[in-house]
Amino acid sequence: MRQALLIFNKEFKDYFTSPIAYIVIAIFLAVTGWLFFTAFFLYNQAELRRFFTLLPLLFALVMPLVTMRLFAEEINVGSYELLLTLPVTFRDIIVGKFLAAVAFAAALLLPTLSYAFFISFIGDLDWGVTIAGYLGALLMAAAYAGIGLFASSLTRNQIIACIVAMVICVFLAIVDQMLFFFPQGILDLITYASANAHFTNIAKGILDSRDLVYFLSIAFLGLYATHLVMEEK
Amino acid sequence: MIHVEGLTKYYDDICAVDHIDLDIKGGEIVGLLGPNGAGKTTTLRMLTGYFKPSAGDIRVKEHSIHDDPLAIKRLIGYLPESAPLYKGMLVYDYLEHVARIRGLDGATLGKRLQELADMCGLRGIMHKTIDTLSKGLKQRVGLAHAMMSDPEILVLDEPTSGLDPNQIVEIREIIRKIGEKKTVILSTHILTEAEATCDRIVIVNKGRIVADGSTQELTSGKDRQGRVQIGLLGAAAGEVVGRLQGIAGVSAVTPQPEEAPGVTRVQILCRPGVDARADIYAAIKATDWVLVEMNQEAQTLETIFRELTRES
Repeated sequence: MRQALLIFNKEFKDYFTSPIAYIVIAIFLAVTGWLFFTAFFLYNQAELRRFFTLLPLLFALVMPLVTMRLFAEEINVGSYELLLTLPVTFRDIIVGKFLAAVAFAAALLLPTLSYAFFISFIGDLDWGVTIAGYLGALLMAAAYAGIGLFASSLTRNQIIACIVAMVICVFLAIVDQMLFFFPQGILDLITYASANAHFTNIAKGILDSRDLVYFLSIAFLGLYATHLVMEEK
Repeated sequence: MIHVEGLTKYYDDICAVDHIDLDIKGGEIVGLLGPNGAGKTTTLRMLTGYFKPSAGDIRVKEHSIHDDPLAIKRLIGYLPESAPLYKGMLVYDYLEHVARIRGLDGATLGKRLQELADMCGLRGIMHKTIDTLSKGLKQRVGLAHAMMSDPEILVLDEPTSGLDPNQIVEIREIIRKIGEKKTVILSTHILTEAEATCDRIVIVNKGRIVADGSTQELTSGKDRQGRVQIGLLGAAAGEVVGRLQGIAGVSAVTPQPEEAPGVTRVQILCRPGVDARADIYAAIKATDWVLVEMNQEAQTLETIFRELTRES
């Protein structure tokens, strides 16, 4: 576990030593801020729900950018060889990198807490629902990070890693709006696979174990698949 | 110390390393020599736990690579070819990161970093980004990385490739210094380097070991045929061949193209382990030929290397 924390530490710091992190955060805040606040005053309701509804798709676009370099860059530069010949297990490496990506998502969400504080001044904000929404956002980020990490472990090309992860994440984010494409029989299954539906539940303040299990199992599947890929190489 | 048995690696259908057996004692500096693509790097990568062997076993002390790769990784410090370090990090941050992963902490960590900075000449560049370093400096940082935990075994893959002559000498000196106490395994395709730094040379070709021994053992090998060139005045090539072929220690005599007018030149191949020069001289003395040239081709590592690894 100590080793995993060391890897986490290094990866998390790495995000902030390159300008990409700041660019991603700036764009994320600009987009969410704009999309949220243009409609906010029209609805005249003191809640963050409109902000949270943006997140499944937005995270599906942002998390692949965050995770794409985690393995692909190391494989490309060759530092992967140094990493694997240090006394660390695959699990330490995967967990460390995964936690770094999730922590970065938290850093991404942190400034948006100011929206919540701002709204709580001008209206009556339900903090319970808000906190549930942030918790759901982190869980969803974890699920996407698992997928992104897996995509990154497949290739030495960051752009391919990013696109593969984006395709999967965006699919999970919007699949519940494409239900008419699917046959009647598997609709339940498709709905269950939708990240949007699960996240919306949590963001309403309903903490259902099914939703938690969904996100955690996607994250776990991603990490496990990454482990398999690492062993294969 | 290190015991390699039947080590084999396939990349899909291509066999990169083919049943290598190798025993390395503690304190040896072993040079893995071979042409490009001979399987040197693959062997080292399996030894350091980066690649999984397709077959065979590597045992370091009592640990097997299959059962306890982590224990072996703890014992080995490894510098891959061209030191692929994290580009964006500062040298100090990088080495500190490695030190922590290697289990160093607090005061011992600081002390070790100081030692390595002195040993590898990193004093002035600790605060620089790795990206901005020259190849030689990167190599030294890589060396510091490899020696971080003061490992018993140091594995270096082409440690001097791409360096300028001064840097090569520096790196060799560092390797020599380390080799006094540690086991060092290095790969190279530069023969003089192997001769200059290694106690023992293992020549690899097409995934197999084709020679193994010290430089002296390899160059004075019992099973090698000595070659003697002679030049004679006043002799006909046919006659010379006929006469010299009769000598007991000579296995073949071949006429060579004439270089100077009137000088007949032949190459004499001696039987393995026999020095026939005295007999050859005696045979010539009995005639009225004039011996103007006689030399035995010295067996250098280079001739042996070429002989063993030449495409046939």
